[in-house]
Amino acid sequence: MNRYPLWKYLTVAIALVLGFIYTLPNFFGESPAVQVSSAKATIKVDDKARARVEETLKSAAIGHDGIVLDSVGVKARFKDTDTQLKAKDLLEKTFNPDVADPQYVVALNLLSASPQWLTNLHALPMYLGLDLRGGVHFLLQVDMKGALTKRLDATAGDLRTTLRDKNVRHAGLSREGERLVVRFRDAETRSKARNAITDAQPDLQLGEQGEGSDLKLVATLKPEAQKKIGEFALKQNITTLHNRINELGVAEPVIQQQGADRIVVQLPGVQDTAKAKDILGRTATLEIRMVDDSPGGLDAALAGNAPFGTEVYNERGGQPLLVKKQVVLTGDRLTDAQPGFDNQTQEPAVHLTLDSAGARIFRDVTRENVGKRMAILLIEKGKGEVVTAPVIRTEIGGGRVQISGRMSTSEANDTALLLRAGSLAAPMDIVEERTIGPSLGAENIKKGFQSTMWGFAAIALFMLVYYQIFGLISALALAANLLFLVALLSLLQATLTLPGIAAIALTLGMAIDANVLINERIREELRVGMPPQAAIAEGYERAFGTILDSNITTLIAGLALLLFGSGPVRGFAVVHCLGILTSIFSSIVVSRALVNLIYGRQKKLTKVAIGQIWKPGNSATVNAEK
Amino acid sequence: MEFFRIKNDIPFMRHALKFNIISLLTFLLAVFFLFAKGLHLSVEFTGGTLIEVRYEQAADLEKIRGALGKAGFTDYAVQNFGSSQDVMIRLPLKAEQKADQIGEQVMNALASEAPGGKQQRVEFVGPQVGKELAENGAMALLVVIVGIVIYLAFRFEWRFSVSAIIANLHDVIIILGFFAAFQWEFSLSVLAAVLAVLGYSVNESVVVFDRVRETFKKTRGLTTPQVLDHAITSTISRTIITHGSTQLMVLSMLVFGGETLYYFSLALTIGICFGIYSSVLVASPLVMWLGVSREQFIAKQKKTIEGMTDDGACV
Repeated sequence: MNRYPLWKYLTVAIALVLGFIYTLPNFFGESPAVQVSSAKATIKVDDKARARVEETLKSAAIGHDGIVLDSVGVKARFKDTDTQLKAKDLLEKTFNPDVADPQYVVALNLLSASPQWLTNLHALPMYLGLDLRGGVHFLLQVDMKGALTKRLDATAGDLRTTLRDKNVRHAGLSREGERLVVRFRDAETRSKARNAITDAQPDLQLGEQGEGSDLKLVATLKPEAQKKIGEFALKQNITTLHNRINELGVAEPVIQQQGADRIVVQLPGVQDTAKAKDILGRTATLEIRMVDDSPGGLDAALAGNAPFGTEVYNERGGQPLLVKKQVVLTGDRLTDAQPGFDNQTQEPAVHLTLDSAGARIFRDVTRENVGKRMAILLIEKGKGEVVTAPVIRTEIGGGRVQISGRMSTSEANDTALLLRAGSLAAPMDIVEERTIGPSLGAENIKKGFQSTMWGFAAIALFMLVYYQIFGLISALALAANLLFLVALLSLLQATLTLPGIAAIALTLGMAIDANVLINERIREELRVGMPPQAAIAEGYERAFGTILDSNITTLIAGLALLLFGSGPVRGFAVVHCLGILTSIFSSIVVSRALVNLIYGRQKKLTKVAIGQIWKPGNSATVNAEK
Repeated sequence: MEFFRIKNDIPFMRHALKFNIISLLTFLLAVFFLFAKGLHLSVEFTGGTLIEVRYEQAADLEKIRGALGKAGFTDYAVQNFGSSQDVMIRLPLKAEQKADQIGEQVMNALASEAPGGKQQRVEFVGPQVGKELAENGAMALLVVIVGIVIYLAFRFEWRFSVSAIIANLHDVIIILGFFAAFQWEFSLSVLAAVLAVLGYSVNESVVVFDRVRETFKKTRGLTTPQVLDHAITSTISRTIITHGSTQLMVLSMLVFGGETLYYFSLALTIGICFGIYSSVLVASPLVMWLGVSREQFIAKQKKTIEGMTDDGACV
């Protein structure tokens, strides 16, 4: 009765082998590496860059343990951190000759040090959370209200244009909080305006107020439109953050949306919070200025004496351009920039949207400067770059600007991105910050590991003494449980945090319950005189229901934590839930397989080593091993 | 080796009333502390800034306090964290301060008055986040309770599920009472421990109830208290060994886990100790008061198979 069919043994064996393989990388640890990736959308890191890294290291006689190219970039592995630092400095110099204008991100990283065949199987070490490896964590709250206000300001300008085009006379248009109010003198004009606005602005929801000669049309953004704007603002901010964080040289930054209006930024290994905050909070500014195309002006400026009121900026291609110092418009007036196509020529183009004040200024400037060029400058850290310098063909009113000509689709995309990166779509605040020093991280790993190890040792020893062979089996099952859990965590690349390690320890402590239940039950059956084989079968059988019940109640608690927990609690909950699942398998199936393997074959089993069995009513104790 | 050599069932139920009065008193005491002293909530819930600084030598807390006072901070708390070299500084949320720069300001202040400190950890939580965490925590607790009640009611009977949850909530309140009485810091990880204990302690009740059901079905002529006594007695060995094993692990965390896991394992320790007590000596009497009886288990079976005897056998 205590025999497993072959397939069950095989299942257990395969599970153990897989568990072992996926746990293995954790023993190899990680080796120091330097990673070279692209800092700009226009630069691709390819095989050429790989060859360049190899070449550079070779010429400086810096030994490496392999260079690989993956989707992130080129990664070179080194023996120790000293070589790593030396190589990083060298690569930084080679790849970014101009410190002020980095083309690549050269960052320190850690790579799995396990053999290639393991990596090919996607067997990687567990992904350590910030509290274990050190770094900074920010939670940023996007000010959605700010994004909406910005959008309403822009819409106000559009409405003015629409009403003027349709020849509807209003008595004033203003934004009052989160709504736009247009005043009218008579009802007829108002209904005319209402029709015009409904046609032109499908995103607006209109309502009528007031009476007599003071009639109002109140426009608010529709909930769907608000949602869309919010989503756009969030996406926009994430893109901008990505661009900025590239500058920090972080190997594996995490930038993710959390909830409807929050962004999580995690920068492993970064210690300089001040710099990180500075970069996250910085707003690049966008400026529109006129280009000075007067003959000889540029040559004079390059020679060192720029004409009065002008300065030289480089275009993205590298050509110098003489630009007037006077700023026509700033990026605050720009509400959107999208890549697209010219309506007539079908050439790639960038569509800009300006707010009402911006539109007015833009119209005046373009009217006076037809035929001349204007430059759009992106100024970051006091350093400017000409994004594009189009020729003004006609007067442009209405705040919708199209830049086209001599542009490829990808250039249009990049330009739009750069223009948008000029400012965050909505302001952000840091609502949560966590910084953990690297030494503290290493200490946390040590503490967590020691707790688990000593706890495990204590339990195993106790089980061994108390239940003998069955105790050994229980301890082995518990070890298998640990193996499965670590393998699963490595395989899923779930983030392991200190609470996660605590959950591993706690789960092991709780998992032994199942084996205690089984062993006690077997003892009980032996006590009432059941033959050993039957007692084992009965013990497992009877304990099963109870084990399931108790694990399900624990799982309910784990799932609730997973659903409602955040940060450290979630880290705990993930491991706890996984641990419950692995423990059901190991304490029931694996331990039974071991028992069957040891005792199942013996037809005339008269004793089992499960410790002393004391029978009530009998003053002398009966030793089960007799 | 065998720890438990119990000849006859221990008459737990004879003392049921006493146990219940003891529980009620501990419970009321815990509630009293919760109201009188309140929980010492961590920065995660209240919002604020927490900075951990490490010094090469033993840190001079007075100097650090002086430095913070000079720099214009108020309501700060400075204390050792784990060792005499580690210092934990807590600052409450202040509207007028630029919250995301407090970390740097503090380090600057320390640099002049109490130099040599190295920033180990900074945690800043805004007011909104803190409030959400507290709400989510309460929500998680509620879901766990409802989930377990439903599961147990489905698996056993409403009498069992109600007693189990009352017994275990009593544990939770007592853990919280301890944290309030001693003003230990109640953080997110302590909350995780409390919820884990809740799920774990219910196990105890489940194991006992399983036995109660089995005994009701198997044997005739026993009174309800006798059945309960028998169920508790026959599972007590397992209860204590299991909890002992879990406690070994928790003890290891308490000793080796450092300050970060200290309160987490402390909450677990209290939870485990009271878990044994409550699941055996609170839940079972409650089931008895609620009027559990043999008929509730037998009636169900009669419905399923016609002509079955009371033993559950049929021909």
